[in-house]
Amino acid sequence: MEELFFLQPEVVSALVKGFCVSVKLIVPSAIFGFIIGIIVGALMIYGNAFTKKIVDGYVLIFRGFPLVVQLFIWYFGLPYIGIYLSPFVAAVLGFSLCSGAYQSEYVRGAFLSVKTGQTMAAQALGFSKIKMVFFITLPQAFRRALPGCGNEIIYLIKYSSLAYMITCIELTGEGKIIASDSFRYTETFMVIGAIYLLMTSVTAWLLHRLEYRLQLPGFEQYS
Amino acid sequence: MMESLIILYGALPYLLRGSLVTIAVVVGAMLLGLVVGICIAAGQVYGGKWLRRIIGVYIWFFRGVPLLVLLFLFYFGLCSLLNINLSAFTVSIIVLGLITSAYQSQIFRGAIMSLPEGQLKAAHALGMSDRKAVMLIVLPQALRLSIPGWSNEYSIVLKDSAVTYALGVAEIMARAHFVASRTYEQLPMYFAAGIIFLILTYLGTKGLRILENKVKIPGYSS
Amino acid sequence: MADKTPILRIENMTKRYGDKEVLKDASLSINKGELKVLIGPSGGGKSTFLQCINFLVKPDRGRLWLDGREIIRARKKEIYGYRQKVGMIFQDFNLFDHLTALRNVRIALVRVKGMNKDEAQDRAIRELDRVGLKSYMHQYPAELSGGQKQRVSIARALAMDPEIMLLDEPTSALDPELISEVLDVIRDVRSDGMTMIMSTHQIGFASEMADEFVFLEDGFIVETGPPEKILYKAQYARTREFCSKITELYGNSF
Repeated sequence: MEELFFLQPEVVSALVKGFCVSVKLIVPSAIFGFIIGIIVGALMIYGNAFTKKIVDGYVLIFRGFPLVVQLFIWYFGLPYIGIYLSPFVAAVLGFSLCSGAYQSEYVRGAFLSVKTGQTMAAQALGFSKIKMVFFITLPQAFRRALPGCGNEIIYLIKYSSLAYMITCIELTGEGKIIASDSFRYTETFMVIGAIYLLMTSVTAWLLHRLEYRLQLPGFEQYS
Repeated sequence: MMESLIILYGALPYLLRGSLVTIAVVVGAMLLGLVVGICIAAGQVYGGKWLRRIIGVYIWFFRGVPLLVLLFLFYFGLCSLLNINLSAFTVSIIVLGLITSAYQSQIFRGAIMSLPEGQLKAAHALGMSDRKAVMLIVLPQALRLSIPGWSNEYSIVLKDSAVTYALGVAEIMARAHFVASRTYEQLPMYFAAGIIFLILTYLGTKGLRILENKVKIPGYSS
Repeated sequence: MADKTPILRIENMTKRYGDKEVLKDASLSINKGELKVLIGPSGGGKSTFLQCINFLVKPDRGRLWLDGREIIRARKKEIYGYRQKVGMIFQDFNLFDHLTALRNVRIALVRVKGMNKDEAQDRAIRELDRVGLKSYMHQYPAELSGGQKQRVSIARALAMDPEIMLLDEPTSALDPELISEVLDVIRDVRSDGMTMIMSTHQIGFASEMADEFVFLEDGFIVETGPPEKILYKAQYARTREFCSKITELYGNSF
């Protein structure tokens, strides 16, 4: 009986429910974060003085404020000006904007790492600016950005647990409930930790595979 | 608007006292991470196969499990399981310290590996034992090279320290939330907390940059 | 003649990297006050041999005696003590980059030999003075020229009062105009009676100073003998071939 605790239907279903909420938090946040990262990263390089200022301010705030503070601002702070978000929406918003700020740095670095000779050659061949970005710059930059951006996704998986603090009950939240109901704190958080470990490890492995797939001679990452 | 500013102004000393708690947690965690991180890095570079494997598991664990889960595990779980009575403050330092040790070890490891092999050879040639060679020759150089990475790690630990609010540590975030829920000035209060973190990040990284210049080896460009 | 028991004796030293033997059964013995010069093509095993003598590279096989006492490689303490008596000069200097010239010389005196700080300081300054760098003692390695670095490294080795010194191509990383300052120091140390094993391509300098040449090729000691013999009347064709090339290249003005 004792050792079967984590196989009891209620416990399993609570864990599965929490896991699903976590995944629902992580996947959209990762996608939005990546999109924001690309846009902001591109603006950092190709934008005019004004957009650059705005983008710099965004990165400063969203990288400088702790994620907990950001989440509190979205969930507890916005009602102050009459905007009410559900815990889930506030969490996805918070994760996406924070992740995007970090992603943008990698995207920017990747764009800068594409040598000027590459763009010159593309222009000499008659590429338009848009085509050049799509066919020459992006494919190269993407490979450079991948390790850093992938790391951000791993961070996102771990930081998704902070949604619990704004009452969005995901994996950690379900764990907290199970633990306080059963007083099995150690085992519960061990199991929860193991699930996160599994998520981060599988994701890391998949990202590694992707990197390997996309690898070109001369683009080897020195990590 | 005016009213908010007055409330904010009144709450500021209370928030700033919280920043002392934050600083204490962060400094404690960074120092613990430094000591453990150095040992791990040395073990990873110079240790045998089994030691390296154990260290690999340690790093994998502490880099793969969320901070919040570890805080709960240590504070609610392990502490009562092992029947030790630690305050939330102490547990926070330990957990943050262990996590950052896993990251810091990779900074030190990179720095150690970047040193030319000849440094260690010359130390051995003078009759130094492995331990002395590492303590006197390798570490003083590797630590200098690690300062930029360490500074980066500091800003991460600083921000992560806000999570210790979940255990009830009376740091900046906890105090901001306390004031916010009494005064209903949520937005200004959380924003103020964010700004304090921003300032602490700036001061810490600035201080480390000064340290980096101070201990820079003349003529050595990196 | 002085006492004839060899100060250092090496027997059948062998080193393998993977399945490549880079040193094959090398044996050598050297008496007090002698200078033996290792010559031979690059990659022929000179550097490996010297590093094996100091156990910086672990030989796969071979025995070694200092002052008639065998050094057992498995005993770490013994190795540390042995290395204190064997000075080593590296091709690329290997000064400790984070220490000034003075502290480079001093550190092992204090931390390895356990000398007190003041005494070590005096000794270090004396050694730096001997190599003509007393006025540079507060400079860091990155602030010194290659020749100066190598002279500091010689001072660092000398300060340990070694019984024998190993010099691994001490001048080959130097710009030509800096070579002579280092050779002058080596000559000076030699004339004080230091026992040395040195590998070098400076054939002129070596044949003027050496008691014996040891020709190494493919990890194998092909031939040993006095400089004139090896250079002009070598027994083996391989030695003759190498020596004619090298005298052509560096001249035979000695």
